Amino acid sequence: MSTLNTAPNIARPDDFYAALLAAHEGLSKAESDALNARLVLILSNHVGDMEVLEEALALARPRG
Amino acid sequence: MNKIFEIPLYPYTRSPDQDAAAPVRRKVVVVGAGPVGLAAAIDLAQQGVEVVVLDDNDKVSFGSRAICFAKRPLEILDRLGCGEPMVQKGVQWNVGKVFFDDRQVYEFNLLPEDGHRRPAFINLQQYYFEEYLVNRVRELQAVGAPIELRGGNKVLSAEDKGDHVALSVDTPEGEYALEADWLIACDGAGSPIRQMMGLDFVGRVFEDNFLIADVIMEADFPTERWFWFDPPFNRGQSALLHKQPDGVWRIDLQLGWDIDKDEEKKPENVIPRLKAMLGDEVKFDLEWVSIYTFQCRRMEKFRHGRVIFAGDAAHQVSPFGARGANSGLQDTDNLCWKLKLVIEGQAPETLLDSYDAERIHGADENILNSSRSTDFITPKSEISRIFRDAVLDLSEQVAFARPLVNSGRLSVPCTYDGSPLNGPDCNAMPARTRPGSPAIDAPVQGGWLLSQLGGGFRLLTIDADAPEVLEEGGIAATRLALSAGDTPELADRYLGDALSAVYLIRPDQHVAARWERYDEAAVRAALNTATGRA
Repeated sequence: MSTLNTAPNIARPDDFYAALLAAHEGLSKAESDALNARLVLILSNHVGDMEVLEEALALARPRG
Repeated sequence: MNKIFEIPLYPYTRSPDQDAAAPVRRKVVVVGAGPVGLAAAIDLAQQGVEVVVLDDNDKVSFGSRAICFAKRPLEILDRLGCGEPMVQKGVQWNVGKVFFDDRQVYEFNLLPEDGHRRPAFINLQQYYFEEYLVNRVRELQAVGAPIELRGGNKVLSAEDKGDHVALSVDTPEGEYALEADWLIACDGAGSPIRQMMGLDFVGRVFEDNFLIADVIMEADFPTERWFWFDPPFNRGQSALLHKQPDGVWRIDLQLGWDIDKDEEKKPENVIPRLKAMLGDEVKFDLEWVSIYTFQCRRMEKFRHGRVIFAGDAAHQVSPFGARGANSGLQDTDNLCWKLKLVIEGQAPETLLDSYDAERIHGADENILNSSRSTDFITPKSEISRIFRDAVLDLSEQVAFARPLVNSGRLSVPCTYDGSPLNGPDCNAMPARTRPGSPAIDAPVQGGWLLSQLGGGFRLLTIDADAPEVLEEGGIAATRLALSAGDTPELADRYLGDALSAVYLIRPDQHVAARWERYDEAAVRAALNTATGRA
């Protein structure tokens, strides 16, 4: 039974964050939205485990 | 030459029931001579149950309508004695192509599993489907089966009297009264019977219109299913091209919500759309044009006393996935053997409540699947469209995205998990043939498993002993003795890790219970459970 890893897991966080922003550079809002959607799908498939994905979806929902 | 759907196949003729002094009582009256009503009537008549079909029309379906028939319904039709002409006439296909914008993003091959008599799907116009069913009715009549088909008979009222249903029927020669022990309403999504009874039919409306055009063309498009998302010739919408017999092609164009239906149906508006899709040089004739909207909904219960609803009258789905007529045939497959046992006093009336339990389960599965397809094909929000387009974009480059593309999840039969009719399971055996599942076909010596099962309760034994007939409370289960050595498919689909098997199979060819070895007391108990007598 896997669970979502919420501990820091990215070795060089600043580099990742910069890469994420760089990927969006020069894109219109619509192109950025499309990129984000593709990215979510690609990463979700990499995770694969439905339980982990459900945990991630719940974590991402606005708190209220 | 007239098209088959222009010829009255069961024109009105006067029935002696119209001249009777008192209303005549029939065992079963079926309202509606569409695919579902005809299948119900054939099923009952084959089992010797008297049945009268009433329909206000006298012709088969106008236009192609339902065109895609799946394997399980074809197997049901085999049991009803009319699968072969359907498969002979139908078009078989395995390859599908998906287009997004101006390009093909991927293609798939359904690669049906070997070792089945029937293909995964055939495409066949509903009018042929109904014609072959009517032919089967005539065959049964010729050998004296108790089945009647009354065209030009419109039901004006239906009232459940507790021990029968009282009907008032209009004909070209005036009204007459008729009674039925049981009424099966197969009168379509707009079911007049349902309305007369004031019954609910709630669900979700999809605000969209689709143009269906059947065109006759001599084109060298291959026998494949082509689906377009957001193509240049129908911007922002979807399109489908599917082949039918006789060089007829089904074209489905999504039009959106705010349109003028009468305008859109006019040939001068349809033809330019089709030319944009097919290319200017392709020559075609329009056979039939229709515009449809759809809903996903079902009745809360399908059985209301002595009136039982089946097919679109009971549940309606979007057309994506071919789950309308296909699920209707599974309704009657489920219902008719139960109704026969109840009519003959061999099972309690409560057995009919398992029709509700099992087929509502089936309807919910179909509604879920077809709603999901619809949400993919016609995204309902900006973010839904963004994800849909992202899936389609990725599907061109990477395999993982292709299973997410949903242009219709094609109809597969429902397994009645948790049904009150299910008996014991055996864990060593394959999950796909667990209690509640439709028996899976396999080649066996001298033919096919499902043909050898036929109807009636069967004891399928594989390398196991059992008596040739087991009778319990007037219901007999007859043995079909097979051996694992017969074919590898049989062992693979029915034995799994077990060395031998005994399956109790229902008349609708669903598995009721299974064991490794024959145990008389256990089989008797399962037979009682499967017939609502436990």
